[in-house]
Amino acid sequence: MSSAAIIRKKPNFVSTTNACKLCTPLGASLAFRGVEGAIPFLHGSQGCATYMRRYIISHFREPVDIASSALGEKQAIYGGGPNLKKGILNVMKKYEPALVGIATTCLTETIGDDVPRALLEFKNEFGDLDLPETVYVNTPSYSGTHMDGWHGAVRSLVTQLCTGKTPDNGRVNILPSLVSCEDVRHLFDICRDFGIKATILPDISETLDGPALEDYVRIPTGGTPISEIKEMSGARATIEFGRCMPPQSGGTSLEDRFGVPNHRIGLPMGLRESDRFFETLEDVSGTPMPRRYELERGRLVDAYVDGHKYIFGKRAVVYGEEDLVVGLTAFLSEIGVDVVLAGTGARRKGLSEAIARVTDGVARIAPEVREGVDFHDIAAEAGTLAPDLLVGHSKGYRYAKEWNVPLVRVGFPIHDRFGGQRTPTLGYKGALTLFDRVVNAVLEKKQSDSPIGYGYL
Amino acid sequence: MTETTTILEERKDQIHLTGQGAIDIACNRESLAGAVSQRACVFCGSRVVLYPIADALHLVHGPIGCAVYTWDIRGSLSSGPMLHRLSFSTDLQETDVIFGGEKKLEAALIELIDRHHPNAAFVYSTCIVGIIGDDVEAVCRRVGEQKGIPVLPVQSEGFKGNKRAGYEAACKAMFKLVGTGDVGDVPPVSVNILGDFNLAGEIWIIRDYLERMGVQVVANITGDGRVADIRRCHGAALNLVQCSGATMELAKMMEEQYGTPFERVSYLGIEDMAESLYKVADFFKDKDPGIVERTQKLVKEELERLMPELARYRKDLEGKKVAMYVGGSFKAFSLVKAFRHLGMKVVMVGSQTGTKEDYAELEQITDPGTVIIDDANPLELSHFIKEKDVDVFVGGVKERPIAYKLGVGFCDHNHERKEALEGFVGMLNFAREIHSSAMSPVWRFAPRRANRIAAEKKEAVNE
Ligand code: SF4
Ligand code: SF4
Repeated sequence: MSSAAIIRKKPNFVSTTNACKLCTPLGASLAFRGVEGAIPFLHGSQGCATYMRRYIISHFREPVDIASSALGEKQAIYGGGPNLKKGILNVMKKYEPALVGIATTCLTETIGDDVPRALLEFKNEFGDLDLPETVYVNTPSYSGTHMDGWHGAVRSLVTQLCTGKTPDNGRVNILPSLVSCEDVRHLFDICRDFGIKATILPDISETLDGPALEDYVRIPTGGTPISEIKEMSGARATIEFGRCMPPQSGGTSLEDRFGVPNHRIGLPMGLRESDRFFETLEDVSGTPMPRRYELERGRLVDAYVDGHKYIFGKRAVVYGEEDLVVGLTAFLSEIGVDVVLAGTGARRKGLSEAIARVTDGVARIAPEVREGVDFHDIAAEAGTLAPDLLVGHSKGYRYAKEWNVPLVRVGFPIHDRFGGQRTPTLGYKGALTLFDRVVNAVLEKKQSDSPIGYGYL
Repeated sequence: MTETTTILEERKDQIHLTGQGAIDIACNRESLAGAVSQRACVFCGSRVVLYPIADALHLVHGPIGCAVYTWDIRGSLSSGPMLHRLSFSTDLQETDVIFGGEKKLEAALIELIDRHHPNAAFVYSTCIVGIIGDDVEAVCRRVGEQKGIPVLPVQSEGFKGNKRAGYEAACKAMFKLVGTGDVGDVPPVSVNILGDFNLAGEIWIIRDYLERMGVQVVANITGDGRVADIRRCHGAALNLVQCSGATMELAKMMEEQYGTPFERVSYLGIEDMAESLYKVADFFKDKDPGIVERTQKLVKEELERLMPELARYRKDLEGKKVAMYVGGSFKAFSLVKAFRHLGMKVVMVGSQTGTKEDYAELEQITDPGTVIIDDANPLELSHFIKEKDVDVFVGGVKERPIAYKLGVGFCDHNHERKEALEGFVGMLNFAREIHSSAMSPVWRFAPRRANRIAAEKKEAVNE
């Protein structure tokens, strides 16, 4: 089917059914959780924090504390500043955090609370105490998604903590976006093998995937050290993942203020996007690719060859966060899967351009690209698109079930399977894991649909 | 309770030890700013009560999060329509916040009603709707008239209180349905089941018991609920109200307006289940003299089946220690008794929404030294889990990771469970679940046990 043949009206509903995005402060909370000694703090009413905790916990299966200023009716009318200050004091007493990461919510954005001013007053009033660092980010959910919250929090951490030029320290900053804990661990390994000292911000590898403990800790160990964030201005480069990121980001802030070169590349998913990442690492480190990764790359190509026939021409619907969708589409189109629809709940992210770029030269059809979609919109089109496969987080399950096609679970949240936080997706190794999973999903379906029950496939 | 680092000064009067002076727990207060509370908002309370009404449209008016976090979060099984399992939102955007969301709400309602043909629609107000001042009521009235179905606003702005206030808002919305249906064919021996949400098919178990007793169920409120049933539920002779909080308000309103009496019941655990059925039998024995005997027979049959199986589990579980943290404290009463049947010791009881009277009653039925706690947060929970060396922790999804982090068995007794834990058969499921937690070999590898085992070994060698 040629791309020109697909002329379909984009659905345009007023209501939203089964949203394909999450709210902004959730992303900020996740990012703050990746800073050492930090506790996320939502300035708003209690319900939001409780809901988000529950949502995050069901994916990571880890304790996730998110404090709240717990505004009531009075504060909603007279302003939440006093509750914010009181809340920080209480959090200090109870958690002894090194950092309080404050994200606003729809309520406090709507009533127009001035968080920076409240924080300034707080510092003046309680300057005699041993105060934690405070970092704030504006996260109204009525203009953005959890990814905006994530990127906003990362930028806030960088701009509010890294305020002066530090001497060159030869480090490399990596802003990995929202990836799995296993992915972050893998990034550390890769950097180590390249001889790179990396500051990965945020680092959720331990804070959201920690070991069993004898004693409960208020704030889990791990996370990006605050001292390292403060010295990001001395790094030799920043690498940030995301082709659909806002123009102003953590990386651009370091570049604009301190001249740290910013390499903005796509999430290293699949062979070609991973190549770009490894090339960037070679560039910034001056070290050629270690043999270990040559081998990983070779194994990936070998697997692509071994498995290509099983999946060639299969039609996939991909959905989720904008950059994850780009990365998955890059990967799927290079293995011969036709992405028929690529959708995200976010708006105005330049998804079409990004997808055109990463599928250039490999995709046989140009996917329908949709921003601002919910699952109802996707379903409305999927009937005619007739997918063989869904790829995305676990909220697409009801549709996979309805259409009797496999769902390959990638991203956040995975609420109906075990181990989502440990799923590798990045680099050659991640691509190999994804490839195995996609091929096996297709094989499993074929096997279970077959009356014969082949023993070899 | 001198560990001030764990227990914030201001929270001290929300924790009590059974046997230590008069109980005076300060509950139902607003969550403390900065404390990480497990407590939810008004909207959450309304949503959980109304959610299981399966042929109604549930539209969340607000920004996306509030709707997204409540999409499909509970089992709430339906034997028919499943409209409730879709998550509808007006997904307010910046312009709506500035210029008001009424137009969008109206258009969304009309669109969704035309698409799904529900028998009623509930429109939930979330926090910012309360701030931007949308006249939700007027929109609902207009659309209701236009579409010819009840369109009911639920005043559930999150910041206006806690979950309990949300229960009330839900009851008020539902009450507008009550009395609008024909009760001509409702028999005299009939009840409504209030406060069961059919998380894992429980309401079908209870209905089966009642039917075997000869009692007809008019409306499930709200598990596997239907709009038409609620509209005529005022025809029932009796309301059975489970749980202390969620639907009590509706029962009270119905008593006042329609004179429908209510009984508080519990389907958790053996005594409570049997007692609840006997209460029903007692209520109807003048109208239907055979009912008492039928009920006795039913209970006898069920127990004969249950007890031998239960004994097998009890053998293993005898003496194990359990802590619980549940939504409503009424549930806690039943659980305390249920654990007694398993030979287990309850060392901590916490609740999100208990009242003073609830806590006083809890003190009565627990052993001295049991910790009673209102609106606990993770640090407090973990503190007591460790201090009391708990074997099994019963709580909701938010508590599970704390228990698991510390290597303690866990049983989900809140909203996300997939096993029916009510009725006699539910007691067996419950025992099985507790058993599979407490008896798993994995706890020995968890540090708190592994280190102890290692220390004991060392001692043995030294002796
Ligand atoms: S009010 Fe805003 S921040 Fe709170 S849950 Fe709803 S969308 Fe998220
Ligand atoms: S507190 Fe308000 S904004 Fe937050 S989830 Fe509840 S209703 Fe929504």
